[in-house]
Amino acid sequence: MTPSNPKAPTENPPVGMTETGKPTPPILLFWREFRRNRIATVALGITILLAFVALFAPFVAPQDPYNLQTLSLMDARRPPGHVGSGGYVHILGTDAQGRDLLSAILYGLRISIQISLAAGFIALTIGATIGVLAAYIGGWVETVLMRMVDLQLSFPAILLALVLSALLGQGKAQLITALVAAQYAYFARTAYGAATAERRKDYIEAALATPLSARRVIFRHLLPNCAPPLIVVATVQIASSISLEATLSFLGLGLPVTEPSLGMLIANGFQYMMSGRYWLSVYPGLMLILLIMAINIVGDQIRDQLNPRLRR
Amino acid sequence: MLAFIIQRALQAALVMVVMSMIVFLGVYAVGNPVDIVIPPDATIAMREEVIRRLGLDLPLWKQYGIFAWNLLQGDFGRSFIYNMPVLELIGGRLPATLELVLISILFATVTGVSLGIYAGVNPESRIAKLIMGLSILGFSVPSFWVGLILILTFAVHFGIFPAGGRGETVMVFGVEWSFLTANGLSHIVLPALNLALFKMAMMIRLARAGTREAMLSDTVKFARAAGISEATILRRHVLKLISIPIITVFGLELGSTLAFAVVTETIFSWPGVGKLIIDSITVLDRPVMVAYLVLTAFVFVMINFTVDLVFALIDPRIRSGRQKS
Repeated sequence: MTPSNPKAPTENPPVGMTETGKPTPPILLFWREFRRNRIATVALGITILLAFVALFAPFVAPQDPYNLQTLSLMDARRPPGHVGSGGYVHILGTDAQGRDLLSAILYGLRISIQISLAAGFIALTIGATIGVLAAYIGGWVETVLMRMVDLQLSFPAILLALVLSALLGQGKAQLITALVAAQYAYFARTAYGAATAERRKDYIEAALATPLSARRVIFRHLLPNCAPPLIVVATVQIASSISLEATLSFLGLGLPVTEPSLGMLIANGFQYMMSGRYWLSVYPGLMLILLIMAINIVGDQIRDQLNPRLRR
Repeated sequence: MLAFIIQRALQAALVMVVMSMIVFLGVYAVGNPVDIVIPPDATIAMREEVIRRLGLDLPLWKQYGIFAWNLLQGDFGRSFIYNMPVLELIGGRLPATLELVLISILFATVTGVSLGIYAGVNPESRIAKLIMGLSILGFSVPSFWVGLILILTFAVHFGIFPAGGRGETVMVFGVEWSFLTANGLSHIVLPALNLALFKMAMMIRLARAGTREAMLSDTVKFARAAGISEATILRRHVLKLISIPIITVFGLELGSTLAFAVVTETIFSWPGVGKLIIDSITVLDRPVMVAYLVLTAFVFVMINFTVDLVFALIDPRIRSGRQKS
């Protein structure tokens, strides 16, 4: 729900217009419209930057935070700006083991993004399959599948994720499973809604009248037209799974200690908070918020652009 | 209508049966409770005696049968760790959680709706934009981190409010309550605020969207034409128009706030049910986990059942619509 900016400079041709007579590719039109919202553009930049930094964390981070040989307890719990025995400045301070907090955050970011992207894509695949199949097949399959999804949606995702990760134990695969189970229902609902609406349209009826296989109709005709709402839900769900993952890890239910995500860094810092060593929890948290907010703002803008009701 | 109620009640019962099975099987798969209950130096005879006493030697379906039968009679078993009936254990912690959840959701609703109405009436004002910005923040920031920042700011830095625990309590009707003593009240401020922020963000959005729509309605136009003051219009008409979605969300959010209380209680060491379940998970106290999950599922099923019924009462279309599917 980013406020649209009516006073934005309009040096671009209006949406849908052609410059040279040739039709502009839709993705370019989309980008031109996106670019007009400056906040969303900045948020997109931040998202890409963070993803890049996370991907190349080993090259970007000043220190390998999990190589014990480079750590010195002399440097433990130093405030931001401390010049460590390694010779460089710990811009964000150091943690209890004397590792550079900035490096730990970058590595944590890597794990957080990894987990939530994996969970998001698996949940998207499972959810879209269930939703589209339910809408396509109909009958009792539809009733059973969607009743199940509705039932699950009536429980908060955090509770499901909490219970599942408690039952499954710690570990990356277990955590991803818990997140997927907590989130697939949102995708299923969205895909179902879009697919039932598309299913009734003439072009699907026309495709079904031809001897095309059901698979082809689903994949080539039905699914692509259900994509826009799914993309929007995907951005929201990835942001929320980053937050969920952090919450679970904070509660000690998510990842093992050997793979510290942002949530675990915050949890580790929590015990030193009372003694005023705020940076251990505050900076990883700020990184987390920056990431979640950036993704949410981008998602909001995409939703506004894809929503035909907001178009004139 | 009666058919609708019966259908819904049967559905709710079915859900409870399925949930109890899932929970029982899921919890059964975690660890071996024998290792927790029995000291490592116990003899084999002692081990077997304990296993038999806990019924762990029976086949799984029989264990479930006993478990379900006991559940129906209100017997949730005994905690392995505290060695007392689970229901008593949870019952003893419940007031703390209820107190926290109710105070925070009331706070969230009252402030959220007021701010939302303000933002809906003056959508272009600076304050409205600030309010909406805050609500985006409320959605994005993970609640546990807000809890940490609240502790850091108000407990560590300014030292105004205590960082954890429940403080002094008073016995009223045989139950201990914190919010009736000054000390207890100061303990509840931070956790309640923490728990309230997310709901508040949601209430702001709901109320703002509803108000913007209501301000354009004929009701408001007529009221204006009749010369009724803006304040009266807001109080008498707008509030009424936006109240249905807000009441719905209030009911639904009651349940999810209970779930979120787990996080808040852990951060603020609030001795409620949420803290109990996290502690039980870490020590694998099976009966407590099972009971918590079954009871939570029950609460949710009841809330959904009630919401469905209320909707059916308000809107006859739902009654007939549901029967078709």
